[in-house]
Amino acid sequence: MKVVLRNLTKKFPSRDKKNRGEVIAVNDFDFEIPDGQLIGLLGPSGCGKSTTLNLISGLLKPTSGQIFFGEDDVTNLPPEHRGIGLVFQNYALYPHLTVRQNIQFPLENRKGKEKLSREEMHAKVLEAAKLVQIDELMERKPKELSGGQQQRVAIARALVKQPRVLLLDEPLSNLDARLRLQTREEIKRIQKETGITTIFVTHDQEEAMSISDMIVVMKDGIVQQIGKPQEVYDSPENLFVAKFLGTPPVNVFEGRVKGGKLYIGEDAVLDVPAAGDREVCAGIRPEGFLLQGDGPFCCGLKGVEVMGRDVSVIATNDAAMSPTVRAIVNAEDMADASPEALTVRFALKPRKVFLFDKKTEKRIAF
Amino acid sequence: MEKDASKQYASVGEGPSVNYAKMEQSARTRRKVLSAVTYVLLALWAVIVLFPFYWMVLTSVKSYSAYNSEYIPQFFTLSPTLQNYVDAFTSVPLGRYFVNTIVFTVLTTAIMVVVITLAAFAFARLEFRGRNIAFLLFLSLMMIPNELVIITNFVTITNLGMRNTFQGLILPSVTSVFYIYLLKENFEQVPDSLYKAAKVDGTSDMKYLLKVLVPISRPTLITVTILKVIECWNSYVWPRLITDDENYYLVSNGIQEIRENGFGRENIPAMMAAVVVISLPLIVLFLIFHKKIMAGVSRGGTKG
Amino acid sequence: MEKGKKPISRKLDFGSLKGWLYLLPAILFLGFFMVYPLIDVFVYSFEEGYNSASQTYFGTGTYNYSYVLHDPYFLQAVKNTFLLVIITVPLSTGIALLISVGLNSITPLRNLLQTIYFLPYVTNTLAVGLVFMILFKKTEYSDGLVNLLIQWFGGESVDFIAGPYWAKMFVLCFYTIWVVMPFKILILTSALSSVNQDYYNAARVDGTSKFRIFRRITLPMISPMIFYLVITGFIGAFKAYSDAVALFGTNLNAAGMNTIVGYVYDMLYGDSGGYPSYASAAAIILFAIVLTITCINLLISKKNVHY
Repeated sequence: MKVVLRNLTKKFPSRDKKNRGEVIAVNDFDFEIPDGQLIGLLGPSGCGKSTTLNLISGLLKPTSGQIFFGEDDVTNLPPEHRGIGLVFQNYALYPHLTVRQNIQFPLENRKGKEKLSREEMHAKVLEAAKLVQIDELMERKPKELSGGQQQRVAIARALVKQPRVLLLDEPLSNLDARLRLQTREEIKRIQKETGITTIFVTHDQEEAMSISDMIVVMKDGIVQQIGKPQEVYDSPENLFVAKFLGTPPVNVFEGRVKGGKLYIGEDAVLDVPAAGDREVCAGIRPEGFLLQGDGPFCCGLKGVEVMGRDVSVIATNDAAMSPTVRAIVNAEDMADASPEALTVRFALKPRKVFLFDKKTEKRIAF
Repeated sequence: MEKDASKQYASVGEGPSVNYAKMEQSARTRRKVLSAVTYVLLALWAVIVLFPFYWMVLTSVKSYSAYNSEYIPQFFTLSPTLQNYVDAFTSVPLGRYFVNTIVFTVLTTAIMVVVITLAAFAFARLEFRGRNIAFLLFLSLMMIPNELVIITNFVTITNLGMRNTFQGLILPSVTSVFYIYLLKENFEQVPDSLYKAAKVDGTSDMKYLLKVLVPISRPTLITVTILKVIECWNSYVWPRLITDDENYYLVSNGIQEIRENGFGRENIPAMMAAVVVISLPLIVLFLIFHKKIMAGVSRGGTKG
Repeated sequence: MEKGKKPISRKLDFGSLKGWLYLLPAILFLGFFMVYPLIDVFVYSFEEGYNSASQTYFGTGTYNYSYVLHDPYFLQAVKNTFLLVIITVPLSTGIALLISVGLNSITPLRNLLQTIYFLPYVTNTLAVGLVFMILFKKTEYSDGLVNLLIQWFGGESVDFIAGPYWAKMFVLCFYTIWVVMPFKILILTSALSSVNQDYYNAARVDGTSKFRIFRRITLPMISPMIFYLVITGFIGAFKAYSDAVALFGTNLNAAGMNTIVGYVYDMLYGDSGGYPSYASAAAIILFAIVLTITCINLLISKKNVHY
C-alpha cells in the first residue's frame, strides 16, 4: 500500500501562557511512500516525527493537508477504519492479559461479516506469533517477558490484523544496546517477509540508516531531506542533515571561498571552481581526511586513538566550530607520521567535503 | 513461504472498497450523541449535589411567615431577609456553639500536629532500639475501629470528671496513626544527606526537625492540618457522648439541639440559617484549598 | 581501646532514649485512648450486671452477648444496617464509576464538575442532613418539595421522614450515597486518569468499541481501586450513624431506623444508656461482622483483581 502525504500540516495551540499562539509541529509535509518500503522518520526530539506518525495513524487530525492510503483519502477517517498496525514506544501491552490474549485482542473487535471463528483467530494469532518467534511464550503475562520479547509481542499484535500500513514509534529506544542491534535486524526481516509498508520513528540516525529503504530527516516540523540512507549521507542538502547523520559526526569549519579555492583559516585546502566567492561553512566527514606530509590543511595534533584497522586522529583548528576535529585515517599512513609532532597536515577527499552557505546553511555545489 | 506471506498481507489493502465518507459521518454522529449524553448525566449529578445547598441558602432568607404560607415551595424569593440569621444567633446560642467548635478544632489540630510530627520524626530519622517493632505496633492500631474504643473512653473521661470540659473533648482525638504514617513517609523522602550534613554542622535533632524537615514537608503538614480541621468541625459522636451542657456543645450537637428543642416552634428558615452558618467555614476553606484537600483525600483519607 | 568504646555505647543508649522521648506523646495518647480501651472493651463485654454508678458487677460470662442478640432494638438495627450496606455500597460504587468515566471523557468543565462533586465531603453531615429532611418531610404546611415532585409526576405523596419503613430507608440510602459519593468519585477519577493513554490509543487503532475498551481494559486496570472502594465502602456503611441521626433525630429506636453503631451509643449514653457492657458486646459483634465481611471481600478480590 502506498502512502501519500499531501501538504500535511499540524498546529497545536501553544502551551506557553505568556506567548499565546500556535506551535507548528508538522509543516507542509509532502511525500509519497512507495508500496512495501521501510521508511525511517528521523530527527531530534521535538522535530515533529512522532506527530507525523500520529497523523498517519489517525490518532491526531491534521490542521490542513491530506493523507492517502493507496487511492483512498483517509485524512478524516478515525484510526480504527484505517487498517493500520501501531507499535508504541512503551509497547502498551495490556498487563492483565496473556501474550495470546494480547495478540488476539484486535481480532476480537471484528463484527458482523468479518467476525472470525475461534479456530480462525487461533490460527492467525499463532501465525503472527511465529512470525516474530514468540510462539513459545503464549501463556505468559507481559511483565514476565524481557523487553525484547515484549517488543515482539507488540509487533505481533500490530501484525495480526494484517494491516495496510505498519507504524512503529521509537521501536528500539526501550531496549539495551545489544538487543537493539538484534531487534532492528528482526524488524527488517519481518518487514521484508510481510511486505507491509512500514514507517518507523527514531532519533537514532544509525538505527534509521541501517534498516530503512528511505529516510526522512526532520527538524522543527520541516522535512529537511528525503532519500535513500546512503544518498542522504553522501550528499546532505543542508548543514543540519550533514551534522545529524554519521558517527563520528561531520567536522564543521568556518571558511570562505575566494577565486575558486576554499580557505579554512589561512590554508587554501581545496579547489572549488564552481562555487562563487562567499563566506561558507565547510563540513568534512571524518573519513574525508588523508594524511599527507605536504597536505594543504594544517591542524594541531592533540592525540591519536587506535581503532584497529583505522586510527582516529584528534586534531584542533582555530576555524573549527567544535573544540576538536576528528579524522579517521588508515593506520598505515599514521605509522609514518611522527607521534611527537605538534601539527599534522591533511589533504581532503572532495566527495567528503560539503560547502554550505553561511547564512542559509544550504548546500553549495562546487 | 516468504512469498506467500507477502502476498497475503499485501492483499488486504485491495479488499472491497469501503464508503469512507459514510463511515466518517456515522463515527462523528455517534461521538456527538455520546458526548451529549455524558454531559446531561454529569449535569444531573451536579444538580443533585448542589441543590441541597441552594435550598438551604434559599430557605434561610425566606421569612418565617412566607415559608410557612408556601404550600408549593418557591424556587426563589423576591423579599430576602436576614432576620433568620439574627434569630439563629440570638434565640439559640449558635454563637456559643461556633466559638466552642473553633476552640476545639484549633486546639485539637494544633496538639495533633505536634504529636504526630514528633512521632513521625522518630520513626523516620532517629535510630533507636525497638523502632521497627514500635512502628509495626503503631501500624496495627490503624485497623482498630473507633467504635470499639469509644466505650471505654467514655467511661474513662466520665470517671476523670472531664465531661463537659474541653480536655474531655480534645484529648482522645489528638493522635492519628494514619497521619503519623503519612508524615513519616514524607519525612523519609527527604534525602539522608541533608540529615548527615546537619549532623556534621552540629545541628541538634530538634533544630533539624524544625528548620529543615518541617519546612520541606510543609505541603503534607498543611494537607494533614486541613483534613483534621474538617474532621474536627464535623465531629458529632464523641462530643455528643461527652457533653450534655449546652455551653460545651459543638456545632454538630448544636444543630441537633436546635432541631429538637430550638426556636420554640418549628422555625425552619431560622434552622436553615444556622445550617448555613455552620457549613460556611468549611465551604470557604474548601473553595480556597480545593486542590490540596482533594489531593490529600485521594492519598488516603476516608470519611468517618 | 576500652576507653574509646564506652562513650559510643553511652551515646547509643542516649540515642535510644531520645527516640522514645519523641514518641512519648503519641504512645501516651494511643496507649490511654486506644490500646487500653481495646482490651477493656472485651473485659466489659464479659462482665455481667455491670453498674456504672457503683462500678461493680456480679459475674462474668456471655450474658451480655445473648442479651444484645435477643434485643429487638438490636435486631432492628442489624436489619437496618445490613439493608443500608447492601443497597448503598454497590449503588454508590456503580454510580461513582459511571460519573467518573463520564468525567474522564470530557475536557471542558471537567475541573469545575470535579470540584462540585467533592463538595459534600467537606460539609457537616448533621447540618446538611437537615436540608434533606425538609426536602423529604411532610408537614401540615407543605408536603415538601420531593413529594410535590412525585405528585407532579402523578404519584402518591408519602412522608419519607416519619412515614412507612421503605420510605425512610429510601431517604437514608439516598442521603448516605450523597455523602459517600465525593470520596468514591475522587478515587475513581484519579485511578482512571492514571491509566496510560497508550493503552486506549492501541485499542482505538485496533477498532475496539468504547464498551469493549471499558470492559476489557479500563475495568481490569482500575480493579484494585474498585475493590479498595468496595472494602472501605462496606466498612464505612456498617458504621453508619450520623446520617441517620441527621434525618430522623437522636431517638433512632423510636423511629425504627437505628443502626448498630447507634445502638452501641444508645446503650452507652442518653435516655436508654448506662449499659457499657451491652454496648461493648454490641460493638464487638459489629467488629466481628465487619472483619468477616472484609475478609470475604479480600478473598474475592484476590481472585478477581488483576495484578
